[in-house]
Amino acid sequence: MSATEAVHAPLRRTLALARPARGRLLLATVLGAAAVGAGIGLMATSAWLIARAAQQPPVLTLQVAIVGVRFFGISRGAFRYGERLVGHDAAFRLLARLRVTVYNKLEGLAPSGLPAFRQGDLLARLVDDVDALQDLLLRVLPQYGIALLAGAATVGLISWILPSAGLVLLVALLLAATLVPALTRGLARRSEQRQAAARGELSASVVDLLQGAPDLVAYGAAGVALARAAEADAELTQVAAATARTAGLGAGLTSLLGGLAVVGALATGIPAVRSGHLDGVLLAVLALTPLAAFELVVGLPSAAQALERVRQSAARVFGVLDTPEPLVDPADPAPLPDRAVAGEATVRVRGLTARWSAEAPLALDGVDLDLAPGRRVAVVGPSGSGKSTLAAVLLRFLPYEKGSVTLGGAALSTLAGDDVRTVVGLAAQDAHLFDSTLEENLRLARRDASPEQLRTALAEARLLDWVDTLPSGLDTRVGEHGARLSGGQRQRLGVARALLADFPVLVLDEPGEHLDTATADQLTADLLDATRGRSTLVITHRLRGLEAVDEIVVLAGGRVVERGTHDELLALGHRYAQSWTEERAHDRD
Amino acid sequence: MKPLDPRLLRYARATRAYLVVSVLLGTATAALILAQAWLLARLVDGAFLGGQGLAELSGLLLALGAVVVVRALVVWASELAAHRSSALVKSQLRSGLLERAVGQGPGWLRGQRTGDLATLATRGIDALDGYFSRYLPQLVLAVIVPVTVLLVVLGQDWLSALIIGLTLPLIPVFMILIGLQTRRHTDRQFRTLQLLAGYFLDVVAGLPTLKVFGRAKAQATTLREVTDTYRRATMGTLRIAFLSSLVLEMLATISVALVAVSVGLRLVSGGLDLRTALFVLVLAPEAYLPLRQVGANFHASAEGLTAAEQVFEVLDQPLPARGTRTDVPDPATTALEIRDLVVRYPDRDGPVVDGLSFTLEPGEVLAVVGASGSGKTTLLQVLLGFVAPGAGQVSVGGVDLADLDPDAWRSVIAWVPQRPHLFASTLDANIRLGRPDATDAEVARAVADAGLADLVAALPRGLQTVVGERGAGLSAGERQRVALARAFLRNAPLLLLDEPTSNLDGATEAVVLAAVQRLARGRTVLLTAHRPALLALADRVLRLDADVAAVEALQ
Repeated sequence: MSATEAVHAPLRRTLALARPARGRLLLATVLGAAAVGAGIGLMATSAWLIARAAQQPPVLTLQVAIVGVRFFGISRGAFRYGERLVGHDAAFRLLARLRVTVYNKLEGLAPSGLPAFRQGDLLARLVDDVDALQDLLLRVLPQYGIALLAGAATVGLISWILPSAGLVLLVALLLAATLVPALTRGLARRSEQRQAAARGELSASVVDLLQGAPDLVAYGAAGVALARAAEADAELTQVAAATARTAGLGAGLTSLLGGLAVVGALATGIPAVRSGHLDGVLLAVLALTPLAAFELVVGLPSAAQALERVRQSAARVFGVLDTPEPLVDPADPAPLPDRAVAGEATVRVRGLTARWSAEAPLALDGVDLDLAPGRRVAVVGPSGSGKSTLAAVLLRFLPYEKGSVTLGGAALSTLAGDDVRTVVGLAAQDAHLFDSTLEENLRLARRDASPEQLRTALAEARLLDWVDTLPSGLDTRVGEHGARLSGGQRQRLGVARALLADFPVLVLDEPGEHLDTATADQLTADLLDATRGRSTLVITHRLRGLEAVDEIVVLAGGRVVERGTHDELLALGHRYAQSWTEERAHDRD
Repeated sequence: MKPLDPRLLRYARATRAYLVVSVLLGTATAALILAQAWLLARLVDGAFLGGQGLAELSGLLLALGAVVVVRALVVWASELAAHRSSALVKSQLRSGLLERAVGQGPGWLRGQRTGDLATLATRGIDALDGYFSRYLPQLVLAVIVPVTVLLVVLGQDWLSALIIGLTLPLIPVFMILIGLQTRRHTDRQFRTLQLLAGYFLDVVAGLPTLKVFGRAKAQATTLREVTDTYRRATMGTLRIAFLSSLVLEMLATISVALVAVSVGLRLVSGGLDLRTALFVLVLAPEAYLPLRQVGANFHASAEGLTAAEQVFEVLDQPLPARGTRTDVPDPATTALEIRDLVVRYPDRDGPVVDGLSFTLEPGEVLAVVGASGSGKTTLLQVLLGFVAPGAGQVSVGGVDLADLDPDAWRSVIAWVPQRPHLFASTLDANIRLGRPDATDAEVARAVADAGLADLVAALPRGLQTVVGERGAGLSAGERQRVALARAFLRNAPLLLLDEPTSNLDGATEAVVLAAVQRLARGRTVLLTAHRPALLALADRVLRLDADVAAVEALQ
């Protein structure tokens, strides 16, 4: 792919998505051109009307011009109104298509194919980028189209009156539409780098000053830090002053070209009238039309800026869309074993090796695990030991490299991911709560759940008593990311949802994460209570309460280093026993 | 919202100079518009009815060229002034904001507020660019140009002046009327729109969860439906919102059309000459242009003023009273007395510390323990002068802390917080925080005492390694030891330690503990603690509970 193609491909692909809105886009452009044309027409007909009237003809001969002036006077605003409505409608339609396209792609990538899923702000930026693409139909294409259409019509009209004047206007408009934006862009680019560096320095010193304020004040160093921020500020202000000199250049040059077009029209028109090549009445039209015509190019610099923004957003969006999916379902997936659906299947892991990407180190290295029906196994270990990787593999979010994972005898790699997830469920530490009601968040797990089933699940997660105290009960809204709930309530709601789904195999990933120790322990105890008799894999770095599970697997560096029951591991006196003692000591204070 | 907040003039003095320049340039613009219109009318009239050729009119044509050039220069100068002033004003507001924030002290700068202020001081204030470069100059023009044009037209043709004079005031009136109508309409729709706008992000962020429950694929249809609903709802709002610009444009163009037809008809009857008619026709649109621009840039102004408003909120808050005494009693020889101390935070219901009394004897190590939320950290904040007591008193050698100059008082304290901040600078500068003029040998001692020597030796650039936001990441234990090195270098008689080992694992804890032990030697120490190992260092333990504060002696 050549360099220019790399630059333009994202824009072309955005345009391809905009194709269904083509008719509306065209209509918006024509309406916009008509609005600008009406403004120019108003000036041109008014000039003609006045010049002709000065010859004192019968009023009847002016009738057409009078109607024209009134028509242009009224229609301009109406055309503009229509353009904006149609343009916005087209942009929103593009947005709908963009969102669905991006969503479908992300559906294949989530959650392991895109680092953004682990960082909320990256995801928010991607969504902003998608939304920014609609500007292509709102602030870029119509503007260029309008300038082209109305510009051609105006130059045509003036050329028809006097070709040399038409040429002058054409040159002036072309220079204003192409050379001026190019010049300002070039100048701006030169200062951008210095500006970015100054901004970075300022931002770093401001963050240091405000976040480090306690340290600074305690050590009497606030004055120095303030001075440093002021220094960075002074540099930024100096850069801005330098930029200011070039900033006005575009506007000044455009104004100059517009004025020169008027001077040029008179310079060509006056001799033409003298020599009889031009009717004197039309001289007024020649001289006054360029005044209105330059409105055409005034919006182009901001269109160019918008184009640049859209291009950058498009490059990022399509960069994500081109990410290969981490895991592709087999072309002809095997059916789920009947035993698995009935909840009587064993999950068997043998020699499992997995990593998050081709360049990443091994996250799991030769892991064996059995989860028989009704048994509960805990996987423990410090962060980075591979616990969450194991969950991702079992949920079919992440492919495995070597070894085997079978569900009721069928290899996981021969099954469709969606099928696997009807059997193996997850209560994630960062389970998402949708900005909706408690009930809708619960029903995600089971559309047709009866009120009793909802209440049972809530009771199992020890949330029912609280819900019953709420004035709106299950209709209570949870807020963005469940912001209106406490950390413990959020976590419990996620667990209740997973319990409601009644997966034959349930993976609980760090159920106590983000909670204070007492709340976390309570939740773990409640969960171990609620999952009695279900095939459950508990992933945790906290050991309290694990006396209740059938087997504990200790992971370190992606390998199983110890396994056994709580009592066996304590008797062993190695890593598990050590962590256990430390945890107890820590809790005692 | 006022178009020009008087506080902007007060807090950012560059605004005044800018306003003066804007008025000068605006006046020049008005004069140039008049000159251009007069020259144009004179030139067309001369060539058309006067039968003059290029030779006779060349002087006027050159004059028109000169006006065009000067007008371009004025446009350039206006932009230059706008950008420069904007940068200056932002700088003045920013430094005012930062100074005030630091002046309010760390007790005021808590939690969310820090992040909000950092955003406001960097990106937030940038919204003023639009206000200064697009809105304010147009506002000045909107006052000068229409009035000048109207007066000049009045001198030429009173009927045209009447048309313009009657329609001009309608523009702001209609803008306000439609603005009010739109707001009522949009307010009603705002909540729905907000929900719909956040929906896409919500669904994308929830994709992993949707996949777990097998609902990810089905959600695409819902997404399409919701986006369509959003489009219809937004279009409904826009249909009304765009009306304001419709009316603005219509008023401007219809009145130009009225003027054109009116002067045209009077030309036929001989009541007017061509030169006047053309002059009036060229001027008429110029009277409306600045008002239309002000309307179009109203959005830019609103964002800028909102940012300024947030800055003013901070600047308008009075600074807390500061003590002035600098004769600080030495905590190495005099006791620190805490009597009936009560501390409240404005955002919490009950007091955080309620009636606490104890004495910190010179040379002793006192450990403060208690559940989280019992006020351990708050107590340290009071001793540091970050938070003012709501009631009660803290005194040293009989002098109330409130009477002491806070900086002088803090100069006898070394403080190791729970999460020390590493500044975006070298390790060396971070350690020298409290004593920038320390010798290299002293820094090296502090590094060794804090147990940092091995780490520094392992770094290729040693103490000159850049740390902090853009530098090498240090672990929690390493940060803690940098803070201890700061405290060693500070060499102050009073040492305040806030859970110095709370986030550390066993091995690191031992290293930090040893350093704390060395640091405590020969100093008066108050530490808050969680772990038993730390308590072993203490001479006495103070247990903070919800109701009782009791001091128990250790055997």
